[in-house]
Amino acid sequence: MFTIKVENLTKEFNGVRAVNSISFNVNDVELFGILGPNGAGKTTTINMLTTLLKPTSGYVEVAGYDISNNKDEVRRHIGVVFQEPSLDINLTGKENLEFHAMMYKMDKDEREKRIKEVLELVELTEKADVIVENYSGGMKRRLELARGFIHKPKVLFLDEPTLGLDTQTRRHIWDYIKKLNREGNVTIILTTHYMDEADYLCDRVAIIDNGQIVAMDTSDKLKDVLGGDIVSLEIKNDIDSLMNHLKDLKWIESMKKHNNNLNLTMERGEKRIPELISIAQRIGVDIDSVNLHKPSLEDVFLYFTGKTIREQDGNQRERNREIMRRRVKK
Amino acid sequence: MIDGIAIYVLWLREMKRFLRAKSRIVGTLTLPLLFLAFLGFGFHNMAIPGMSKNVNYITFLVPGIIGMSMLFTSMFAGISVLWDREFGFLKEIMVAPVSRISIVLGRIAGGTTTATIQGILILLISLVIGFKIPGVMSLLLSVVFMVLISATFIGLGFIFASNMKDTQGFSMIINFVMFPLFFLSGALFPLQNLPLWIRYISYLDPLTYGVDGLRGILVGVSSFPIILDFVILAGSSLVMVLLGAYSFEKSDVV
Repeated sequence: MFTIKVENLTKEFNGVRAVNSISFNVNDVELFGILGPNGAGKTTTINMLTTLLKPTSGYVEVAGYDISNNKDEVRRHIGVVFQEPSLDINLTGKENLEFHAMMYKMDKDEREKRIKEVLELVELTEKADVIVENYSGGMKRRLELARGFIHKPKVLFLDEPTLGLDTQTRRHIWDYIKKLNREGNVTIILTTHYMDEADYLCDRVAIIDNGQIVAMDTSDKLKDVLGGDIVSLEIKNDIDSLMNHLKDLKWIESMKKHNNNLNLTMERGEKRIPELISIAQRIGVDIDSVNLHKPSLEDVFLYFTGKTIREQDGNQRERNREIMRRRVKK
Repeated sequence: MIDGIAIYVLWLREMKRFLRAKSRIVGTLTLPLLFLAFLGFGFHNMAIPGMSKNVNYITFLVPGIIGMSMLFTSMFAGISVLWDREFGFLKEIMVAPVSRISIVLGRIAGGTTTATIQGILILLISLVIGFKIPGVMSLLLSVVFMVLISATFIGLGFIFASNMKDTQGFSMIINFVMFPLFFLSGALFPLQNLPLWIRYISYLDPLTYGVDGLRGILVGVSSFPIILDFVILAGSSLVMVLLGAYSFEKSDVV
């Protein structure tokens, strides 16, 4: 039973395909990540899934309801934390939560109980009666998380939940997100362009580039595509004789010589390093240094798109296109 | 379809914001009171053609300035959707399981209340400079007119807000819509003094009937029968609210 079903979802803005026929399913209580650079179509996807934007074509079901024909039911069952802040900064934190809870038709007792609960969850109880204008960026984000969760949604959408926050605050927000997912039994979809965020938080990750999903799996399995860890041995003398001794070992998946370096691909590289060193000693080859590189989602992204996410972030043409896209959207 | 709780919540939000922004109340009262004081005292001994001999200019001006205040605060209230869009709060409202018409009605309820409170405040302050309210009945009737003027222009504000994408066109609206509506309404002088063709244009301005009605109720002089003012204004408020709701419904959120 899928909580979210997306089939061939497409969105065009003036003939430009911002989201190009994407399909994916999200399981119940899964923490699902959409990873991609700015302008890849992440926010457009979220806006469609949360009923704010009408798809050009495709079918989407959220919590069992069709987003085109059953908007109100979808809205009742989702919570959303948008990329840009969406709090009323002239109200207190508690008033923002009250507004939300009343809009979702919670009665007074339940409202007060839940407000107390979620404020504790994000550790804002003491700041509840402070006007939001005086909150820090991290506090605002926590309040938004609490608000999105207050009416016990089946699905929580988080669009770039830690954008613009400092490292320490990001860690905190991650912990809250994990806590919500585990203790609150809520399915979470989050978009991000931070590799570490997707890696740390998500059960499964969809990598999206230019409006299309290029890969989708758990982050471990995505990394497996690269064939495991890379162990580089720096050797001054006689690389070839070591290579001869290693070529029959089954656990070495590939071997490449590069100047003074021998690059070996294998799984669980850290366990194999002692063995490699003892083989080298036995045959009298001196190893000057050892380097272990574990594949990151960054490598996976590079593998599937042929560019790093940062390259693409810095790509001026992409950025201009995004600006145009926003203008057209408005 | 029409969701009473949502309307109430949106109204409540408007009240909280209004009561908290003391400087905003002072700010919105300042301009009308300056108009009232300087025009009122400056012109009070002048013979203005077309004005009844037993009405002095300040008395003539008070309903006009109330109308002006209603026009400005109501248009601002309608256009404030743009600020909600700018600050992102509109999205929070739009993903809630609440019908679009209830969102529009909630905002109209809030805006009408704050505008009417300001109208009543101006009326009360004008008592200090010698204005006299004929009785409780006319006070209540004038509140009815204030509500109708307010609903009309919040609706108009909504139409503009729904078709504008940011707050940049805002000063254009002040200069090319709000001030012309104000000057055309006869708030400052009897419409009879205008050239005939401009007078015809002013008959298209809903505020003309608002100001005329208020003047009829509070001062006892009006160009049209009060009941005619009422019918036209009620009609215009209904049309504007429906058009405003329609444009809001059609506009994009993101």
